[in-house]
Parts: sequence; C-alpha cells; structure tokens
Amino acid sequence: MSVVARIWARMRSSKTVMVSGGILCVIALLAAIGPWISPNEYVAADFGNILRAPTLSAGHVFGTDDLGRDLFVRTMMGVQVTFAVALVASVVSLLIGVLYGATAGFVGGRVDAVMMRLVDTLYATPFIFFVILLLVVFERNFLLIFVAIGAINWLDMARIVRGQTLSLREREFVQAAQLIGVSTPRIILRHIAPNLVGVVIVYVTLTIPQAILIESFLSFLGLGIQEPQTSLGKLVNDGTDQMEGASWMLLIPATLLAVLLLCFNFLGDGMRDLLDSRQSR
Amino acid sequence: MLRYTLRRLLGAIPTLFLVIVLAFLLVHAAPGGPFDDERALPADIEANIAAAYHLDEPLPMQFLRYLGGVVQGDFGPSYSYRDYTVSELIGRSFPVSVHLGILAMIVAVVTGVSIGVIAALNRNSALDKIVMGFAMTGISIPVFVIAPVLVLFLAVKLQWLPASWTGSEGASRLLLPVLSLALPQIAYVARLTRASLIEVLSSDFIRTARAQGLGTAAIVRYHALKPAMLPVLSYMGPAVAAVLTGSVVVEEIFGIPGLGQLFVRGSLNRDYTLVLGVVIFYATLIVLLNLLVDLLYGAIDPRIRRR
Repeated sequence: MSVVARIWARMRSSKTVMVSGGILCVIALLAAIGPWISPNEYVAADFGNILRAPTLSAGHVFGTDDLGRDLFVRTMMGVQVTFAVALVASVVSLLIGVLYGATAGFVGGRVDAVMMRLVDTLYATPFIFFVILLLVVFERNFLLIFVAIGAINWLDMARIVRGQTLSLREREFVQAAQLIGVSTPRIILRHIAPNLVGVVIVYVTLTIPQAILIESFLSFLGLGIQEPQTSLGKLVNDGTDQMEGASWMLLIPATLLAVLLLCFNFLGDGMRDLLDSRQSR
Repeated sequence: MLRYTLRRLLGAIPTLFLVIVLAFLLVHAAPGGPFDDERALPADIEANIAAAYHLDEPLPMQFLRYLGGVVQGDFGPSYSYRDYTVSELIGRSFPVSVHLGILAMIVAVVTGVSIGVIAALNRNSALDKIVMGFAMTGISIPVFVIAPVLVLFLAVKLQWLPASWTGSEGASRLLLPVLSLALPQIAYVARLTRASLIEVLSSDFIRTARAQGLGTAAIVRYHALKPAMLPVLSYMGPAVAAVLTGSVVVEEIFGIPGLGQLFVRGSLNRDYTLVLGVVIFYATLIVLLNLLVDLLYGAIDPRIRRR
C-alpha cells in the first residue's frame, strides 16, 4: 500500500484538497447518520405540518414539502444518491477505462488505432441524449441510470490510461517481463496497472462531478430517480414548482448540490495540480 | 485547405451513421410496441396499424427505410402528436431554441472574454482571485440550479423580470433564460481566456512589442488577443453542446416552446419516433458544429491543417 500512502502524504500538503475533501466527508457523514437518528421517515406525511418552513420546534429542521414529508430526511436521501452515483460511476468508468486504455496502449499498432478511433467517434456523440433515449425505451430504474453514467465517463479515462501505458511499455521492467515470457494480460494486470494508480485516482476525481451532474439533470427532468425515492436533482425540481410560497424547498437542495459539486470540482482540480507538479519536477 | 475540409467532412460521416444506427436499434430493442395499450385491439386493426407504420417489415428493411427518410430530412410521424410529422414539430420549435442559444453564446463569449482579459492583466491580484473563484462556482453549478434560483430572486422576490415565457413580451422575457444558459459558459470562457492570454503574454513577440514602447492596451488589442482566442474557439464546439443540453432544462423551467421542451415532453410521453428524431437531429447538429469549429480553427491556424 505504499502507493496509497505516498498519495495521501501528497494530498495532505494541498489546502484545496484537504478543505474540499473535509467538507465532503462532513456532508457524507451527515447523510449517513442523519436519516438514521431523525425521528421522521422519508415517505411519512405529517399532515399537521404541510409546507412548514424550517423550524426546530416542529422537528423539521429543513421544513416539509407540499405533502408534509420531512425535507431533512429527504434531502439527506438525495445526498446519499449523489454519493452512490459518484461511487458507481467511478467504479464503472475505472474498470472499462483502465482495461480499454491499457490494452490499446500496450498492444499498440493497428489494434490501438482502431480502438482509439472508436473512442474518438463515441466522444463526438452527444451521450446525454442517448441516455435519455435509453430511459425512454426501457424502464426507468436506478441501476440503468448508474451504469449509463459510468459508461459515459470511461472515455476520458481510456485516453489518459492509454497515454500513460504507451510510455510505461518502453520501460525496462516491462521488457524484462516480456523477455521471461509473461503473458500480455498478466503484464497489463501485474506490471502496468499498478503503475497507473496515481493518474487514475486523479482522473476518477475529475469525472465524479460530471457523473453527479448527469444524474441530477435526469432526475430534474423527471427521467431519473422516481417517487417516492428522491435525489437532489428531483428535490430542486420540486422546489422550483413550489418556490413562490416555500423558497426553502428550492434553496436547501440547490445549495447542497452546488456545494457538493463545487467541492468535488475543487478536489479534482487540486489533485490534478498535485500530479502536475510531480510530473513537471 | 480543400483537402483538409474534405477529409474532415468524410470523417464526420461514420460518427453520424453510428449515431443513427445506435439510436434506431435502441428504440427498436424496446420491450413492447408503441401501440400497446391497456385495452387489447382486434388482431386485424393491430395488423393494419403495423402495416401503416411499416412495423411488419424485417428490422433491416425498417432501418433502410428510416435512414432513407432521415437523409431527406423526414423523421416519420409522431406517435403522440397526432397529425404531425416529427420534422414539422422540430421545424416549429427549433427556431425558438436557436434564437435563445445564439443570444446565450454571444453573451457568454463577450462577457467571458472581457472578464478573462481583466483577470489575466491583473494576475494573482485580489480581483483575479475573486473573479476566478466566481468562475469555478459558475462552472460547478448546473443550469437547472442557477435558473430557478435566479427566478426566485429576480422574478418572484424582486419582481424585476417575468418568471415565465407566456404572458410577457419582448426582451424582458428573454433575459432570465439567456442569463441562465450563459452563466456557466461565461465562467468557462473566462477561465480559458485568462489561462491562454497569460501564456501568450509571456512569449517573445510580446516582449518585443513592449520593448518598442507599446502600452498594455495596444499589446492586448493588436498582438495578444488573437492568438489567445484559439483555445476559446476550440471550446465553442463543447459550448454549443452544453448550451443545447442546458436549453432542455431552461425551456422546461421557463415554459419556452422550443426543441428542448419538445424533447422532454416526448421523453415523458414515450413518443419513440419524436425522441429518436430529436436525438438524431441534436447529434447531427453537434457533429456539424464541431466540424465547423475545426475548419475555422484550421483556417486561422495553418499548423493544424498540415497534421
């Protein structure tokens, strides 16, 4: 685990990374424990408190919506969805992107040319519209959205990993492995992949805001997470409908989504700066 | 230049073909048909409907028929808007979106470049840091968060501007939608301009210009701005795509009868042909605009053409 330890040591030296990472941890913790300790349920309607502004006395710290549901629990649920999207999309883009990029870069030649041409072609297609098409055609389910988002995000990863692999391929330890007859898949897994960890971690953080954005965009349009489940995009949409009488319904989820995206963006930027400063040295 | 143009044009064809094939297959992989209803139809009526929409033909035939139509700008009939073809619906709503999109792009480029230049000239000052902090915020916050919040404060609370498209006229109803669409792009353009202008300003020919006694304003105006605009120009492709995607939510929020709203309504109604048509239309538009940007880039910077 020395690679991880080294990355951690470097992360601690950047104020941007530590502050945005810290805020994200606090929000994640709140979203994990909040619904659990709150007396309210996310589907339960409190008919005595419909469209109640945020208050401590009635037990609804973020207020309630037009159906009398507690917005603290619902907002925290939305945050959970956001983090779940971040996680699943990262894993999917990581798996496809790293394998694809490493294969293209390592095998090289015509295979590389064809594989990267495909990436270029896919890159030029407006994926978000395809995801919407996918959601129109098939049932709108959780998993489909998550996988679709991950499947969009792997392209960047594949490009970066390919570039790195191209340079790694020429290094002595890889040639040594080839010389003693290690098979290509094994070289990619054992010798190439571990050396990609640093770059991959940085680019995963950079693709996370993108994934979150897509999910909340779809949910905002009513094509993503469906009632009674909710996500921040959906909450912003509900808030938009009720903004004239109940501005908290809009402002609370909007602020949270903005803060989350801002922190993930700063985190990614900070991590990239760390990587760049190492490469330029 | 002609060879370059031709090569790029031919390169766009496989992309477009892939888009049409993928979109078509997706729609036809759908479980159930577009006319499946709660109430079962008599078998002969069902057969008639299938024949009228050519759904009884084998898939490759259907695809060729569709492709033939698309090449001629015919996307077939809409399933949920009776008596309208998809092309008619697109033709009716697209001009509204174009109007909005072009205005947003102009606002984004003019404001973004100005902010970027100011930030670059005052590099590392407090002003620069504040402006770039705002830019990061603008990039991070999506249109569908910016737009409702702007409506809440400027239309509902302060009542300066109308909150919706219908029931108002002229420039006032355009202001909020255009602003919502432009804000994230302003932020991107400002960041790009700042970074590239800083780089250009440190090059040798600028030092020569300074040595000749030119003032900062003249240097930026006559020497630095043009080369610094290249990254901004290459961002125009993604920017148009982002404005298109943004217009989908902005039109929904403000109730603007444009292509984005048509697309969302079609998606929620499961109007297969409409959604398929709009996806292909959007994709073609984005691919062609990317191509146009590339060609412009090649025209301005001869180094690109030779690659």
